[in-house]
Amino acid sequence: MSSTIANPASSAGAVETESDIQLAARRARRRRTALVWLGRLLVPVIIIGGWQWFTSAGIVDKFFFGQPTGVCHALVDLFTKGTAFGSIWLNLWITIKEALYGFLLGTGAGIVFGLLLGQNRFLAEVFGPYIKIANSIPRIILGSIFVVAFGLGTFPKVLLAAVLVFFIVFFNAFQGVREVDQNLVANVKVLGASPLQVARHVTIPSALTWIIASLHTAFGFAIIGALVAEVLGAQHGIGLIIVQAQGQFDMDTVFAAMLIMAVVTLVAESFLALLEKRVLSWRPPSRSEAQAI
Amino acid sequence: MAERSSRRLAAAPAADDVSADAARIEISGLTKRFLTPRGEPFTAIRDVTFTVEPGQFCAIVGPTGCGKSTTLGQVSGLERPSAGTVKVGGREVQGITRGVSFMFQADALFPWKTVLGNVMIGPTLTGTPRKDAIALARDWLRRVGLAGFEDRYPHQLSGGMRKRVAMAAALINQPKILLMDEPFGALDVQTKAIMQTELLGLWEQLRPSVLFITHDLDEAVALADRVFIMTSSPGSIKHSFDIDLPRPRGEVQEIRHEPRFLELQNQIWASLKDEVERAYAQTAGAA
Repeated sequence: MSSTIANPASSAGAVETESDIQLAARRARRRRTALVWLGRLLVPVIIIGGWQWFTSAGIVDKFFFGQPTGVCHALVDLFTKGTAFGSIWLNLWITIKEALYGFLLGTGAGIVFGLLLGQNRFLAEVFGPYIKIANSIPRIILGSIFVVAFGLGTFPKVLLAAVLVFFIVFFNAFQGVREVDQNLVANVKVLGASPLQVARHVTIPSALTWIIASLHTAFGFAIIGALVAEVLGAQHGIGLIIVQAQGQFDMDTVFAAMLIMAVVTLVAESFLALLEKRVLSWRPPSRSEAQAI
Repeated sequence: MAERSSRRLAAAPAADDVSADAARIEISGLTKRFLTPRGEPFTAIRDVTFTVEPGQFCAIVGPTGCGKSTTLGQVSGLERPSAGTVKVGGREVQGITRGVSFMFQADALFPWKTVLGNVMIGPTLTGTPRKDAIALARDWLRRVGLAGFEDRYPHQLSGGMRKRVAMAAALINQPKILLMDEPFGALDVQTKAIMQTELLGLWEQLRPSVLFITHDLDEAVALADRVFIMTSSPGSIKHSFDIDLPRPRGEVQEIRHEPRFLELQNQIWASLKDEVERAYAQTAGAA
């Protein structure tokens, strides 16, 4: 950044004043911001515009790949005319509910098991290999079993979402406990802390950094779990709308449903970011964060 | 417990206290062996015997890797001896020793707690009501010169300030024994001298027994009543020196120029030098 703040006055031999430097810095900053936003605008224009142009020119068949204008129409239809399975809001609410319950269940279980196994070497050694095995299973297939076993209701969706979330949160909580500063543990132990107090004052706050970081990924997986389970068999939900549209070769509606879920994930993401900011307010601002702004 | 955490000002020396003997540390025949990752036993310290009288400030000086920190671990009860006994106040150490505080080289502060929260942890753990704990912590922050910094987080403080927080946190429970493992090792020279002077000031108010580990001979002589020299690995006590510099000693930086200081420092260095050279030869040979 600083290299771009070149003052033309200095090359002319004139003494640069404080206000000159400030002005130049502000100008450089403004130009950079403008450039970034221009770039950001250009990306969707090229991608969406290209897509629209290729499909309308007939180079790419819109029957298979949809078309941006078609997706817009499908979106409007979804919200105004509803679907074969009730209004879009009802379906959306059911999917969100499934993902949310799955997320909470999986996160809770992941944190509890992660903290337990992270603190107890014996338990960790006993369960370690089995957790590795369970982790290497393509868990999405469990969705088929859940749907067959528990029917077309909400429960199998919640379960699949929870299973996907569990492993992500579990591994992070486990690692978080392992990374706890042993000096801190020794310190509170000497001060007379009980095992419960060690967990409350040292282990859990320390592991929280890791757990919170995992929640971003975990929520995405909760949505995926709910959607996939709906595709495998459901009476309501966005996943059902997708699989129905796929059966009718209605790619525009598939894209529209995808967009809706993307918006939901983005909103959830921002809530998680808020939570992260609150819980981890003690952390020093990291370099990467400062640069990202 | 409640009595210890109550808010009495411990300006009176502990000598007249009935529980004064509780602060005596007696170590006899202490040996600690570890199992190396390869499964071979490694003797860290062998047959260490010494006594710290109640209210005495003892320093242990020795070459790197001679088992100084291991010795402290046994006194705190965090580790169990392989042979020999550690007695605190006449009773053998079983589990965590009560009334002990630890100070490490790395400041063991909670990065997610404020300065006040960090200092409060001692009384909180012993079950002091929150309001009293806050008042006590504020008082201690004032004593170490950090009034007004209660709401900062450790990462917002300088190294010396973090050390002060650690010191307040270690002393707030008014421990009868203070174990210090190279507490000022990572500080720059000026900050180190200031912190040493402050430690002496606080110690003179509370008079806990101190076991202070350092590799800095000047530091040991300036602070301690008695200096133990440890041999290179496996560590054992080689010599002990009584430091008869008068107390209160005042500014640590000034003592360093007194003739008696230099005399003692020379004597002790003569004893330490061989061990340092031998330890260096050992590590150089290993590498």
